[in-house]
Amino acid sequence: MALLEVRGLRAAYGQTRVLHGIDFALQESSITALLGANGAGKTTTLRALCAMVRTEGEVRFAGERIDGRATEDIVRMGVAHVPDGRGTFLHLSTEENLRLGAYVRRDRNNVESDLERVYGYFPRLRERRRQQAGTLSGGEQQMLAVSRALMLRPRLMLLDEPSFGLAPLVVRELFAILAAINQREQVSLLLVEQNAAMALELASHAYLLETGRVVLSGAADELRRNDAVRRAYLGY
Amino acid sequence: MDAFLHQVLAGLATGGIYASLALALVMIYQATHLVNFAQGEMAMFATYLAWSLLNAGVPYWPAFLLTIGIAFVGGIVIERVVVRPVENSPVLAIVVVFIALLVILNSVAGWIYTYTLKSFPSPFPEQSSFKFMSPHEIGAIGITLLVLAALYVFFRFTPLGLALRAAAQNPESSRLVGIRVGWMLALGWGLAAAVGAVAGMMVAPIVYLDPNMMGGVLLYAFAAALVGGIDSPGGAVFGGFLVGVLENVLGAFVIGNELKLSVALILIIGVLLVKPSGFFGKVNVTRV
Amino acid sequence: MKKNIFLMLILLGVACALPFLVSNYRTFQLTLVMVYAIALLGLNILTGYSGQISLGHGAFYALGAYCAAILMDKAGVPYWATLPAAGAVCFVAGFLFGLPALRLEGLYLALATFALGVAMPQLLKYHHLEKWTGGVQGIVIAKPEAPLGLPLNADQWLYFFTLAVMLAMFFLGWNLLRGRVGRALTAIRDHAIAAEAMGVHNALYKSTAFGVSALYTGVAGALGAIAVQFVAPDSFNIFLSIVFLVGIVVGGLASISGALYGALFIQFVPNIADEISKAAPWAVFGIFMIGFVYLMPTGVAGAVRLLLARRRSP
Repeated sequence: MALLEVRGLRAAYGQTRVLHGIDFALQESSITALLGANGAGKTTTLRALCAMVRTEGEVRFAGERIDGRATEDIVRMGVAHVPDGRGTFLHLSTEENLRLGAYVRRDRNNVESDLERVYGYFPRLRERRRQQAGTLSGGEQQMLAVSRALMLRPRLMLLDEPSFGLAPLVVRELFAILAAINQREQVSLLLVEQNAAMALELASHAYLLETGRVVLSGAADELRRNDAVRRAYLGY
Repeated sequence: MDAFLHQVLAGLATGGIYASLALALVMIYQATHLVNFAQGEMAMFATYLAWSLLNAGVPYWPAFLLTIGIAFVGGIVIERVVVRPVENSPVLAIVVVFIALLVILNSVAGWIYTYTLKSFPSPFPEQSSFKFMSPHEIGAIGITLLVLAALYVFFRFTPLGLALRAAAQNPESSRLVGIRVGWMLALGWGLAAAVGAVAGMMVAPIVYLDPNMMGGVLLYAFAAALVGGIDSPGGAVFGGFLVGVLENVLGAFVIGNELKLSVALILIIGVLLVKPSGFFGKVNVTRV
Repeated sequence: MKKNIFLMLILLGVACALPFLVSNYRTFQLTLVMVYAIALLGLNILTGYSGQISLGHGAFYALGAYCAAILMDKAGVPYWATLPAAGAVCFVAGFLFGLPALRLEGLYLALATFALGVAMPQLLKYHHLEKWTGGVQGIVIAKPEAPLGLPLNADQWLYFFTLAVMLAMFFLGWNLLRGRVGRALTAIRDHAIAAEAMGVHNALYKSTAFGVSALYTGVAGALGAIAVQFVAPDSFNIFLSIVFLVGIVVGGLASISGALYGALFIQFVPNIADEISKAAPWAVFGIFMIGFVYLMPTGVAGAVRLLLARRRSP
């Protein structure tokens, strides 16, 4: 059984329809990339999964339907969303941001050990733990956003353009840690990226979106070798 | 010099009351960007409930705590029933709803309890050896500081307090960590109502209990919240004490006691014109 | 259009006949309805059309009322001359208050005007001004008699006088709001920044709107003082400002006929509610305010418009 199954997902902002019926699925412990140009509907897809936009269609998480549920309930089922723009609580401290990530968890003791583990992945956050989150650099805020999502102990992490605005070296570092998180914590990742090259290196599967529809899907290697994808999105 | 000191200290005592009500206003403003015009009447109504409890024979401190509890629940109910439906309406609609709440609470209090002044007891002794402040004034400052300290601890050191702060600052990100933002708002209203009740019970022994008791206090609280920065809780507290002292000192030595409310009026307009973000608030930029 | 004029002439005819058909007290109440209608139109110009919230219009009403009272009592000015004087004073006061208010939006303006409304009675009781304002006791003024020996009693004369003033002011207001000024104000209300970008001088329009709005309410105050024959500080507290707010919410924002509906409401509902309990009128007001905001945000005027529109197109 797939961890996430999406069938006929449609979404609209007011009168403007953005998604025209998307189908995809992802397996437990996998890394899946959602690629496409600006405006293709990638961010909308992630927001639709978390019920942050009006949707129609079926979404199943671990076999249960989550379309129609409130965002807060979907989170409680183990879906963590690292949003577009990071969604940092700018006026709170780094550590307060992290603790908020664990807000819905009942096992208080493990939260402390998770905090340590997260600092293990991102030592720079430990240095800045009492600092106001808004004063962190872009890369640090991205790490904070990922860490906050991790604090939920999610089964699925949705990441919206994690490479945005970051230097290539920082992106490499981040993606290496994402791979490690996926391996060690068994967290599935659904990655939305404009930076197709890096995404396809990290992911095992990928879907290509164009104007609200899935136009191509398959193993990451396949897509990397696909001529159309290479020319349009990989630049060679 | 003696007289001046007395005015300053008395000003601190009433300032504590203004600080409490201003804090309630700021808590709601931070979460909703709305000014609760009915805050004073909510506090007044809670004080009348306390009076009923005391009249029924409940001893002071249990009645005090019970009133805070009832006010807390009342605040939550008001948010869910009256405010929630108009959350996304234009500003005028929301202002009208708050004014309506003010008016309804005021008239219901008048209907149930009549408009004759009632005396409300102070839990503090009648006399003290300290010649500059009455026991009630000292007690009022004490209670105010206690309440403020409790709130500070709650917001800074508890997960729920953290969630409340988060929900006020960034509702969308809060949803993404599973915070039920709607209930956080209700909780904020509950806390604000509880704090208001404390302010009401501290002021009632001084000005006598009457449905229009909080009108002037509300105005001072507005001035205090603006002076301190409408989105800064610390600022509200600072503003409260400042306004209390200014009111007394200016009233006694400069403009006479009759025009004391005008001090509030001038402060409000002055702050809004010169530095709308107050001492400690943040400046807002409107994006087109 | 012709149907409208016909309808209005009929209403005018009825209005003229009324004082001869009902008691003096009723005539007095109807005069007050017209006074409130003028005041509500004033508030509507500011809040309904121009989108600036005022919770302190009672202060301008008070200013107009006291102008009239002081001029009549201390300077022997004839009653009809106090109206332009009250209007002028209130226009200046409103314009001046409007200048700083320019920088305040929505909630902040509501706050500032609320403060004005709350502080007004205290200002009026200030003992240094007592020899003019009469302090807490206020001023009593004489009711004007019908001129030229017309066969009308004082109440009836005042009714027609007020009717004439109201018609004149409504007509002026209607012209003002229909034309460029009205459109500019609505543009500012709906999107200030865009309006400014399109060349509307926000500052000038907004201050002038305040001034005109205060003028209308001030004239109403003067008329009200003459009708009631009495001014005292405590009649002009924050609740008066709230009454005006109730009036435009119930009557209908951004509507001229709304001012009349609202005025009828605020004059007669308290009388009916009073029979239930002394505190009831305000509870009723409060419930109506909430009810209208939820269920009929465009007020009675809006509902009437909808009904008429539905009847025209089946």
